[in-house]
Amino acid sequence: MRHIISVLIENEPGALSRVVGLFSARGYNIESLTVAPTEDSSLSRMTIVTTGSDEVIEQITKHLNRLVEVVKVYDLSDGAHIERELMLIKVRAVGKEREEMKRTTDIFRGRVIDVTDKSYTIELTGDSSKLDAFIDSIDKSAILETVRTGSSGIGRGERILRV
Amino acid sequence: MNTIKEVTSDSLNQVSKNSPEIIGAEILVRALAEEGVEFVWGYPGGSVLYIYDEIHKQDKFEHILVRHEQGAVHAADGYARATGNVGVALVTSGPGVTNAVTGIATAYMDSIPIVVITGNVPSNMIGEDAFQECDTVGITRPIVKHNFLVKDVRDLALTIKKAFHIAKTGRPGPVVIDIPKDISFHKTTYQYPETVEMRSYSPVLKGHSGQIRKAVSLLREAERPYIYTGGGVILADASAELKEFAELLGYPVTNTLMGLGGFPGTHPNFLGMPGMHGTYEANMTMQHSDVVVAIGARFDDRVIGNPGHFMSLPRKVIHIDIDPSVISKRVRADVPIVGNLKDVLLEMIAQIKAAGPLKNKTSVDAWWQQINEWRKTDCLKYDRDSQIVKPQYVVETLSKLTNGDAFVCSDVGQHQMWAAQFYKFNKPRRWINSGGLGTMGVGIPYAMGVKKAFPNETVCTITGEGSVQMCIQELSTCLQYDTPIKIISLNNRYLGMVRQWQELSYSKRYSHSYMDSLPDFVKLAEAYGHVGMRIENKSDVEGALREALALKDRTVFMDFQTDPTENVWPMVQAGKGITEMILSSENAE
Repeated sequence: MRHIISVLIENEPGALSRVVGLFSARGYNIESLTVAPTEDSSLSRMTIVTTGSDEVIEQITKHLNRLVEVVKVYDLSDGAHIERELMLIKVRAVGKEREEMKRTTDIFRGRVIDVTDKSYTIELTGDSSKLDAFIDSIDKSAILETVRTGSSGIGRGERILRV
Repeated sequence: MNTIKEVTSDSLNQVSKNSPEIIGAEILVRALAEEGVEFVWGYPGGSVLYIYDEIHKQDKFEHILVRHEQGAVHAADGYARATGNVGVALVTSGPGVTNAVTGIATAYMDSIPIVVITGNVPSNMIGEDAFQECDTVGITRPIVKHNFLVKDVRDLALTIKKAFHIAKTGRPGPVVIDIPKDISFHKTTYQYPETVEMRSYSPVLKGHSGQIRKAVSLLREAERPYIYTGGGVILADASAELKEFAELLGYPVTNTLMGLGGFPGTHPNFLGMPGMHGTYEANMTMQHSDVVVAIGARFDDRVIGNPGHFMSLPRKVIHIDIDPSVISKRVRADVPIVGNLKDVLLEMIAQIKAAGPLKNKTSVDAWWQQINEWRKTDCLKYDRDSQIVKPQYVVETLSKLTNGDAFVCSDVGQHQMWAAQFYKFNKPRRWINSGGLGTMGVGIPYAMGVKKAFPNETVCTITGEGSVQMCIQELSTCLQYDTPIKIISLNNRYLGMVRQWQELSYSKRYSHSYMDSLPDFVKLAEAYGHVGMRIENKSDVEGALREALALKDRTVFMDFQTDPTENVWPMVQAGKGITEMILSSENAE
């Protein structure tokens, strides 16, 4: 099952490699991983999307907690949460398909942020499945370049992760 | 929510503004003294010369110059296992670090508190492929509890404080402090922090009372209970509590390879070691129990064999450990308890006493009857009439002559299993071996580390001619630093455990497990300035051991010419269930 795990970790050099090293050493999957400092510059917040059985996820959270620099671990999928990912996608936009591409972008509430006579660069945010759906809805051969940030997540309402 | 206030380098530096500035190397040496360090095992090199210069000027701790960095880390590790104190090793950058890696990984697998200080090239040269440079923090990351690269001399004192704190608290483990050369000569004021708090690190100590209550009630109602304990009991210094707990309940006890000595080896409730080379009664009791309480043990593959087979019978599992990640890793726990074993056991003892007399006596009596039937198998029998030296006989005789009270280190292989089976450890921290990583070569350096801490005690190493050659250079260190040890080498001319597996699982194709051209170990020992003995007959075994033990101030290398065909029995082959045991060579075919 897919899980989205949030980690608060000391903003120290090498902290990221400890997390990544843990996943590779113990054979856990990483679907995506994002990391950036928080409002408190001494802390980084990580969002890790992973898959595994309940037993594996339990081990992942336990081992993350065991890392000395990890302050808190929170499995967002345990409750209501919001998940967003940003995608920048450069597509061919000529002739008939130029209009079609704009229309699809609008339907997905995306924005065209760069334009040439032959291409659009589209910015799209949403949960990962929405970004997948956008890619599925356009002509594959029109895609010139894709870059995705991986998911960031946050709990709904009163579910707050902080020190 | 509360934020724990952290001690920072800045606050420390402010307090000590008025004190004179000293160089990083002196800060290190003074900090080690403040941590109560008695011994540092190390090897100098370019990156640590400022540190060695400061060591030269001080008399707070003794530095022991090993012959190879691997020996330094093993010696610090052995010292830590025997004393419970943090062991310290010091090595230079590059090859110093890579040679230390085996030692660090060995300590990591057995959760041993050590601090390894490594030099590195100057900060401004890191990443330039400088001479004797390696990415120490990167290389050691997967085999340490934590590691640090010191980038500013003002962080050094606090880093050392944190390193010792992390190494010895919670589930212990090795910590590496990597110090670039420029940090060792940069100056700052020095004040050693008295305490350290880290918001990201605060091990749980007290077990959950509700869970403990559940465990106690399960234990009181058990019909076929079993107390299964591991190295955690030793690390938590909880043997006295374990003994009280087990005697209060009157239940059978087993100690894993790492847990031997945690419960007295001669106690009537003791069933011996479980697992791949465990006793018949220990494994049968484990498999057929209805309630198992695992205390500081981790159901590892060498203990329960095939987990599917183990779980094929219904059983309630209570699992107590200080590290939550150990619980439900291989075997699902019905009652998980995270906490310091000593505290948890004390609370369990109090609750058991408060709950009044046990009402399961009839079923437990029947259980003991069954266990005593299993005991009659006499699974550790061997040919006692043989005139060839049987390795088991050597260990048994040593156990008898030392009353199970000596410090016994071992290397890795058949001799290690015979030591575990035939030496009856009555006290904790007396059995020093590499259980998790299974590192050949630890034997001599372990004994060297233990002897430093206990100069008046008998310190032995049970080894084989294969393992002993992996760190034999440390014989030289033993002479220079006056650490007389007794080396009992069970020389069967084979890498015995490999040979045993080849005999049983590879149709006796003994691929590269025979050692030809062995050195004359007697002459070798003498060349190093020690006493060498060669023992070829059974009738000479006891006399030779007595003679060696009497030579208190000499290192003695005893080369026992043992039966090359002897195997370790019982045996559960890899992947089998723990009751699928081969008891002797007769039923091995």
